[in-house]
Amino acid sequence: MELIDNLALGFAIALSPYTLMLAVIGCFLGTMIGALPGLGPANGVAILIPITFSLGLDATAALVLLTSVYYGAMYGGRISSILLNIPGDEPAMMTTLDGYPMAKSGRAGDALVISGFASFVGTFFATVALALVAPLLARIAYLFGPAEYFALYLLAFATLGGLASKNQAKAAFASMTGLGIAMIGLDNATGLPRFTGGNLHLFDGIDFLVAIVGLFALSEVFLFIESGGRNTAIGIKLGKITIPWRDIVATRWTLLRSSVVGFVAGVLPGAGASLGSFLTYMMEKSIAGKKGAFGSGVAKGVAAPEAGNNSAAGGALVPMLTLGVPGSGTTAVLLALLMTLNITPGPTLFADRPEVVWGLIASLMIANFVLLAMNVPMVRIFVRVLSVPPAVLLPGVTMVSFVGIYSLSGSYFDLVLMIAFGIMGYVFRKLSIPTVPVILGILLGNQMEDNLRRAMILSDGDWTFLFSTPIAVGLWIFAVAGFTAPFFLRRLIRTPKGIS
Amino acid sequence: MPRLGDRLFGLIVCAGALAYAVSALHIKVGFMSDPVGSKTFPLIVAGIAGLCGLIMIVRPDDDPAWPKGSSILSLGICIATLIGYALALKPGGFLLPTAIASGILSWQILPDRRLALIIGTLLSSGLFLIFKYLLGLSLFAFPRWILL
Repeated sequence: MELIDNLALGFAIALSPYTLMLAVIGCFLGTMIGALPGLGPANGVAILIPITFSLGLDATAALVLLTSVYYGAMYGGRISSILLNIPGDEPAMMTTLDGYPMAKSGRAGDALVISGFASFVGTFFATVALALVAPLLARIAYLFGPAEYFALYLLAFATLGGLASKNQAKAAFASMTGLGIAMIGLDNATGLPRFTGGNLHLFDGIDFLVAIVGLFALSEVFLFIESGGRNTAIGIKLGKITIPWRDIVATRWTLLRSSVVGFVAGVLPGAGASLGSFLTYMMEKSIAGKKGAFGSGVAKGVAAPEAGNNSAAGGALVPMLTLGVPGSGTTAVLLALLMTLNITPGPTLFADRPEVVWGLIASLMIANFVLLAMNVPMVRIFVRVLSVPPAVLLPGVTMVSFVGIYSLSGSYFDLVLMIAFGIMGYVFRKLSIPTVPVILGILLGNQMEDNLRRAMILSDGDWTFLFSTPIAVGLWIFAVAGFTAPFFLRRLIRTPKGIS
Repeated sequence: MPRLGDRLFGLIVCAGALAYAVSALHIKVGFMSDPVGSKTFPLIVAGIAGLCGLIMIVRPDDDPAWPKGSSILSLGICIATLIGYALALKPGGFLLPTAIASGILSWQILPDRRLALIIGTLLSSGLFLIFKYLLGLSLFAFPRWILL
């Protein structure tokens, strides 16, 4: 009953014409951003946060707009995977394996419709599961004290770092970089400056939006300039778009299985949508066996990863909303948005700001239907986006990033800092050092330190207090396992051939 | 020497971690201190980062494909342009710096000066219209002294 009341509250907010309009705009922008090769959901949301913020939208409206962009980008990522064999974003990587062969054999329209429908099913399942699971997890999170939160942050860094990189030392270094940067500014407890070098600009700390836009968007621009323009649209004919009912019915169990597995992958901190699509594709491939002909352009090979990654995108919102710990790069960016809006995610969010949580969940439900409408009958519009030449797109993205940050602070210092983060992101990505843990470190660093200090005050300096409750011990065990498991998993799972 | 990238970067990380730790030791202590204090957490961070740097030196990955000649020049021009843009945006107004910066960026991707000029001009004016009139951001088209 409580769930229905909450959803009623959510829909009352989400169905207002204003919120609905924001959801439609967000879905449209998101699908466009997702469709562009290289500009994934994290980049898209990162670029748009400063602009949304300077528009003065209230918390619910800003959240609805940007999560619609997030969901839209997850839908849109498949378009360039299928038509160009270049994933629009990392989670859409697996869709290239069967999507592109389908397009080459003249079934581009079918592949787009099947994957669009799969995205819808995945997202629908995940949003319903989010509404059911999140409040339960929020109740458990009430049991968390400073020792548990410290262990939880550790778990987030361990798993995110562990899974995001091929080299644990580099992943750990990325987390430390973020945590180190977070220490810059006035100390929360004493009010005294740390690592500022006497520069007044740094007394408030480094704005995470500056870091996010630099590390994600600008580094992408630098990589693109270095490559000298690697993406050129090739002329695959889309043909007439009809709904391939037979394929959709044939993939029904694939869709259901992939949605469940994808959601679980998304909920795990650090795993995210890429793991969701990878696991579901591999699972369906092994279920189908050799007769399934995965990799040659079959409907199931397109449906599984798309249902999986879209479901994981919804799942990743669960730890972000209930614990304040993001499950992926994009949810880290969304966490930055919440913090900018002075909303602290965590169990109290459900009690204190139900309108934000349930408004968001209801908007996601609506956005999903809007996205289905946009991505099946209107898919042609987004296919056109692929023909925007990089010589226009890249300067455009750069200028939007600059104006976004400039409109927030009006200071050249932040812009120069953003360029510095862009260069850092470029070097990190060249050296295969993941950038998401850096962002997570900047976002969570101060809270992690605060919780450690609070735990030590409570225990009068006794460090064993950090392992004093079963929940804390469990989280420590998961953290160690999460950090070390990839050593073994990498030997077991090999990335299939043919991924560009 | 192979795998130079990681070794060199590992050295930089170790030096950076050391500098960070030294800087942490010089943090002033407030009169209200807690058992952990302001220094402990940054020192832990520096310690782990230094350890990671050492691992990168001892067990480096294969070198990535670093940019060569013309790509380095393109990147250098791009970064210099962006720094110039960051410094010029406030005193120079939106239109001219944006047109020049986006023109140069576009020229780095597609070496056609006339096209770069057109793209720069169109992007600058198009974005200004969207930001100023559609989104209502407070931007100045020209330097303020022109308006005075």
